[in-house]
Parts: sequence; C-alpha cells; structure tokens
Amino acid sequence: MSAPSAPGPADDPWSKMMRAAMAGDEGAYRRLLMDIARRVRGMARAAFARARMGDADIEDAVQETLLAIHLKRHTWDPNQKLGPWVNAIARHKIVDAMRRKGARKVAPIEDFEEFLAAPEAEDPHALSDARKLMEQLTPRQREIVQSISLDGQSIAATAARLSMSEVAVRVALHRALKALGAAWRRSIA
Amino acid sequence: MAEVDRVRTSELIAALAADPVPEKIRLGPRFAAAAAIGLVGALALYALFVGPRPDIAEAVRTVRFNLKFLDAAALALPLMLLFVRLARPDARPGALALWLLAPFLLLAAAVAVELAVIPRDQWLPRLVGQNWMYCATMIPMMAAPILAALIATMRLGAPQHPTLTGAIAGAASASLAALLYASHCPDDSPLFVAAWYPFATLICVGAGALAGRRFLRW
Repeated sequence: MSAPSAPGPADDPWSKMMRAAMAGDEGAYRRLLMDIARRVRGMARAAFARARMGDADIEDAVQETLLAIHLKRHTWDPNQKLGPWVNAIARHKIVDAMRRKGARKVAPIEDFEEFLAAPEAEDPHALSDARKLMEQLTPRQREIVQSISLDGQSIAATAARLSMSEVAVRVALHRALKALGAAWRRSIA
Repeated sequence: MAEVDRVRTSELIAALAADPVPEKIRLGPRFAAAAAIGLVGALALYALFVGPRPDIAEAVRTVRFNLKFLDAAALALPLMLLFVRLARPDARPGALALWLLAPFLLLAAAVAVELAVIPRDQWLPRLVGQNWMYCATMIPMMAAPILAALIATMRLGAPQHPTLTGAIAGAASASLAALLYASHCPDDSPLFVAAWYPFATLICVGAGALAGRRFLRW
C-alpha cells in the first residue's frame, strides 16, 4: 500500500525513531513521544485559543493523542513519513476534545510544523482536568503505570516493589493501556 | 499545578514506552481475511436461502445477465480498496474515488442502450421486474456477514471519518452480495438493475453508517 513516490522507508528523524521504537528501542520511543507531546501541545493550544476556549483540556488532548499513537501505531505505513500521520491523529483528537467542550464548529487545525518555534511553556492555570484519562484505570493498574514512570523505574523494580513477576507487570501494563483506549471509546459512545 | 500535569503526561509516556512491542499487525492481510470470512457467511446464506436460478445455463450466454456481474464487480473492487485505505488516519481517497464512477457510467450506458432497443411499453414491466422485494431483502441479508467482518476488522484501524468509513463498508458488502444475488435474480434488464440494486445497496450503506458511528470511533 505504499505510494509509488516513496520506494523506501522514510528517513526523516521521527520516522527513524518510530521504526527503532517498533523494533523495541524504549529510549527512542520515549524521546519520540516527548517530542510529539511538545508539538501537539502547541497545536492544541493554538486551536483552543482560536476557539476562545480555556486551556484546561489541552493536556487531555495531548494525552489522548499519545495514547492513540501508541494503540494505533500499526496504521502507520513505514514507507511514509511519520509527521503527516501524527498530524492526522492529533487533529482528530484535538477536534474531539473541543467538541466535547461544546465547540460547534471547529476551524481547521494547523499542522504541527506551524509550531516549530512554540515554546513548551509552563502553563500556570492549566490542567485541573488532566487526570481524567488516568482515572479510568483500576487502582492496581494506576499503581503500575505510575510506578513504572517514577524517575524511570524499570519494569524489574516495579515488579519487585509490588511483589509481581516481571511478565505479570508487563501484561498488567499492556492491559492498563488497552483499558485506557477502551474507556475512551466508551466515554464517546 | 502545572507540575502535576507535566508529571502525568510524562508518566503516560513512560508507561507507553515500557509497553512491550506487540506482534506486528498487518492490515492488508487482516482485511483480506475479513472479506473471506464474510464471503463464507454470505455463501452459506446463499446456499440455504437463495440459490442459482433454474435457467442459469442459458442465462450465462446473455449480455444482460453477465453485465450484472461486471457492474457489481466494478463497484466492489474500488470500494474494497478504498475501505482498506481508510484504515489509516492520514488516508486520502486519491484516484480511487474516480474509479468509483466506472460502475455508474457502465450502468448508465447499459440503461441508455436498453431504452433504445426495447419498445416503450416494455420499460415499466422491465423496471418493476418480478421480485424487487426479494432483491431488496436478499442482498442486505447476504451483505450482513460481510459488513460485520469488515467493521470488526476496521476497529484495528484509525479512520478519520467513522460514519463515512462504515457507509463505504456497507456499500462494499452490498456489492459483494450483489455479485452472488445476480445469479439468482431472474430480472436481467439494466432498468431493473439500475433501480433495485442501488436501492438494496442504500439499505446496506445506511446500516454501515450506523455501525461505523457506533463501532469505529477511536
């Protein structure tokens, strides 16, 4: 299904990072998602500002975008650049977030390329609602998700702390992430 | 406050990065399998409730009969390709959208020829045919398993427009079902085909759109 104009794998930095991530490079994946989060935050902030909506839900849109990127990464064609695919997902999620907040008509959202210079500014008044996504998890799942991320605590350390096997932690983590996606679908059904 | 959030997004990222790499999902083969499973279901319904018309041996030698299959195939092929493409969030229909005109042009030309070669008092009987109700129920019935398999598989995808994608699945499944139904249907006139096959297809399009709205959000 590759376009004839792209005979080989795309070799821009994001595409390379995503290929490394899909081959199991956790570090590359983390850096890529951080990078994407910054760009998507800029996109979302601009879209919310244009619609004169408060920025309380920007971080929700960012997190939902990241989760969708993760759960739908098999829909990326490695022969195409990652950027347009990320843009499409981010737009979809930002529009969803805005509609949920009652926006009737959503102006077209610009690609993240427009926000190259957007600083990842600290946002003093954001974010009271940003916990929503994580709150969809059971306490145990939430514990695992948070534990793994505390200063980069590894799966092994988390397993030891919670007296679980590493495999069990990985399985629980995977289930938790899928549960996030399912909870999200239920919330819009 | 901002600190709380910053931590949470980075928590999510850490969790996503720690998630084991899943087994590779290849969408093309998944959709091919879905179409095959759906067709098996449709064939079973065909064998149970529909079956070929008794005079099929003679019918296959007529242009009108064969045109029904050509038209259904000309619709099914671009629709299926378009549907699979829409699994990607950054999909563009591109030239496939133009291909979709082919079956309509073909049918329009056939209708024009039919109107020219048969007497005027035959137009209405040919248009109404013998069993349009049958056409309008059998095609959706056989399309149902195909539609279900396509929608279920599309849940793996990330279609930008869930309702539209579901509607296209409905049209694709109807055109595949029409391919089977055409061998049963005793009405071969392009006038009948142009009136009732699209009618049956629209029923499936509606069902597909509803299913897409319900099941293809992500």
